[in-house]
Amino acid sequence: MTSHEPLEAEPGTTAASPDKSPALPAPDVDQYHVNPSLPPVDLEKHHDQAERQPKHRAPEGGKRSFARTFREELWADNNFTVTLLAIFLALVCGAVLMVIGNAEVRDQWQYLLYQPGKTLGDTWAFVSTAYTDMFKGAVVNPDTVNRWYWDMTTWQQVFYPISETLTNAAPLIFTGLAVAVPFRAGLFNIGGQGQAIMGAIGGGTVGLALSLPAVVQLPLGVLAGALIGGLWGYLVGILKARTGAHEVILTIMLNNIAFLFLGWYILQAGIKDPVRSDAISKPIQESGRLPHLIPDPLLRANFAILLAVAVAAGVAWLLKRGRFGFELRAVGHNPHAAATAGIKVGTTVALTMALAGALAGLGGTSVALGTAPALTVDMLGQIGFNGILVALLGRVRPWGVVGAGLLFGALQAGGNAMQTFSGVSVELVGVIQALIVLFVAAPALVKAIYRLRRSPAAAAQAGLAKG
Amino acid sequence: MDVELAVPEAYWTRTRKTGAVMIFLGLLATIVFGALAGSGNARFTLGENVSGAGFDIPGTAGAIIFGLLALAAGVALLVTGRHFGLLTGVALMAFIISALCWQMSVSPVSHTMPLGFIAAATFTAAIPLIFGSLGGVLCERSGVVNVAIEGQLLTGAFFGALFGTLTGNFWLGLLAAAIGGALLSAILAVFAIKYLVDQVVVGIVLNVFAGGLTAFFYEQVMRPDTDGYNFPGRVPSWPIPGLVDIPILGPALFNGNIFSYGSLLAVAVVTIALFRTRWGLRTRAVGEHPAAADTVGIRVLGLRYTNVLIAGLVAGFGGAYFSMLSTTGFSKYMVSGAGFIALAAMIFGRWHPVGAFFASLFFGFFGALTGFLNSIGSPIPSQFLSMLPYVATIFAVAGLVGRVRAPAADGKPYVKG
Repeated sequence: MTSHEPLEAEPGTTAASPDKSPALPAPDVDQYHVNPSLPPVDLEKHHDQAERQPKHRAPEGGKRSFARTFREELWADNNFTVTLLAIFLALVCGAVLMVIGNAEVRDQWQYLLYQPGKTLGDTWAFVSTAYTDMFKGAVVNPDTVNRWYWDMTTWQQVFYPISETLTNAAPLIFTGLAVAVPFRAGLFNIGGQGQAIMGAIGGGTVGLALSLPAVVQLPLGVLAGALIGGLWGYLVGILKARTGAHEVILTIMLNNIAFLFLGWYILQAGIKDPVRSDAISKPIQESGRLPHLIPDPLLRANFAILLAVAVAAGVAWLLKRGRFGFELRAVGHNPHAAATAGIKVGTTVALTMALAGALAGLGGTSVALGTAPALTVDMLGQIGFNGILVALLGRVRPWGVVGAGLLFGALQAGGNAMQTFSGVSVELVGVIQALIVLFVAAPALVKAIYRLRRSPAAAAQAGLAKG
Repeated sequence: MDVELAVPEAYWTRTRKTGAVMIFLGLLATIVFGALAGSGNARFTLGENVSGAGFDIPGTAGAIIFGLLALAAGVALLVTGRHFGLLTGVALMAFIISALCWQMSVSPVSHTMPLGFIAAATFTAAIPLIFGSLGGVLCERSGVVNVAIEGQLLTGAFFGALFGTLTGNFWLGLLAAAIGGALLSAILAVFAIKYLVDQVVVGIVLNVFAGGLTAFFYEQVMRPDTDGYNFPGRVPSWPIPGLVDIPILGPALFNGNIFSYGSLLAVAVVTIALFRTRWGLRTRAVGEHPAAADTVGIRVLGLRYTNVLIAGLVAGFGGAYFSMLSTTGFSKYMVSGAGFIALAAMIFGRWHPVGAFFASLFFGFFGALTGFLNSIGSPIPSQFLSMLPYVATIFAVAGLVGRVRAPAADGKPYVKG
């Protein structure tokens, strides 16, 4: 059903002989090393499942019918079901918080025993309205469609929610990829935020300082963002490769340094807007901005989302087919074996972090040249940290990241609508996002809550992993 | 052993490299700061304000003399290759004083630095870092990575403000703050120890979770009704008579409150507990080699649960500093990165409570210095001064300044069998 990293393909890389492996900084010995294969294997459970496995297994060589596979996998602990149920569980938790956070509904619960029907009815009405508003703000609002049908509003209004979702999703896909790619090399990149900031500085500077034709200035800005972000990432990679420092600590520190640097940078002469008194740069020139997908001021979605999907496709190809992608995954699985096979572990680590930095830099640039009118200290919000959640939810696979990025973008867009129409603070979205990832990261918990069956496909893979 | 002895030691040891860096800093201070310093004096007063007893250092001469002192310490490091801690400390201190002589002698605003005030500001800025880094030490010594310090501080700040207001008693608020930190820690413990989720992943996600949760309830509950939910009051000051009047250190150490005395006490208690008690020995054993600890009958997972919860109590208590001392009341994302600096302080202090304490003071000192230089109109951008703790940490983990080593089993889940 779901395929894991097909790394075992190349012979020779798995046969590590310890005495021949050169003295290289081994990323697997520090405490922040991450296991590149998500989700974490639940060892105990696999033990007792091993005996029960054959019951679910198809006969050797026999091909299972789609219907049977579907029936078996529907309520089993495969990635898809677990992710869906994790999202549902997080929304339920979000509903509970919504009720606690709303004074009227909360007070109604004091009368639960006297008028249970009213209490539950009010609660349901409140929660369902809020989540409906969220859906309307993220995907499509049926009322608007109806009004458009009767010529009471423009077609642009119909596509407004989708446009907002895509606008929010694009930077998250970039920063998600910036976490996912190094994760496959066994590196945990917490530095998406700092790399995105440096990218925004690079791209934003080109966007506001130069006055060239758009066909030159825009690509130049995007490239500058990727380059500066990439250098910021490369700094982590080279320090990790040369000195063996934990990349987690390095990136956390570099995040803060980048943030402070941005605060200083936008105040400098030539960058700061001389007209305004607050800390904001000159506006990005029109020729440097990413054009909207549909030339309409209401629909903000710009070419960043197309670029993000294209880059995700490129990363997917690189990881699956590219030589560098293979080296990257080999280092992630076993750096000693990779070194024995002739892969330069240090170089791979440094280049992987440079690639990650470039991806995050693109995310920052896409905000600076897309939705932000100028450089400010808080223009990026938390896209770097949210990118970590996106990558984990997407199970560190490029297309998974695209899906997770779209979901998070939708939650963000819907959350804004929910705050406007239902009065539920948009901060709830952050909680829901964190909970989704927490549950997805602990499949054993989701399995226990819903009493999921063991997935035959996953069990077969577990067998392989142990053998 | 014999083989290692036979290998000739490389000349460029870490100490000597540091010496070379210090020589560079010393030359920089002597030549550049000396040239830029003005003819005025730099005055250092001992009390908390600019009047009172003090001493003057002539700007140019001071910048040059202390620059030469830094240079001398650097040369001593390079030549002897020994006394790393002492000589590095002297060199850095001299470098900072040289820079201060330059800045203060040319300042258009004030030529006076009240040392008592700086010491007090240093300690105040360090308090949350001390609690946070102790939370980190307690967790990581037993082998659980704690990246969620930021979230624990934030939860503590929120619970302290909320329950301090609801009960009308801020002692109960402080208790609630500690429990709040422990609740977040409990999630970390369950996911890291029971469900074996990558501990850095849980920590990062918990930071987002705590940030979102507290911000949500702040918007929904506290903001509409500040008096009813977000007015915990400020903790009282408990000056110790007599000792307060000690020059420089008196105002910092003896004009304190529950947080400042508590932080000193916590450092002492954690140090003694970790290195002098059975619990401490077991904690360190579990953090270094859980399988061996298990073999001799220590309950590895139980001990880890306990320690992670205690870490949450400590960090949560420290979080109340933000909402009950530095300001009165909670606001969204008010911890703003202090948890990550606390993490840095823990690493900088080499996973040792006393080390973490001094690292927190070191970071607090840069905070105080930044504030001071801003107030005298220094042209050095405050952002660059604020960067120094982070840069120092990068140097530390990159092994350029001393060597840091985490507990061996830090971050590795323990599965029996």
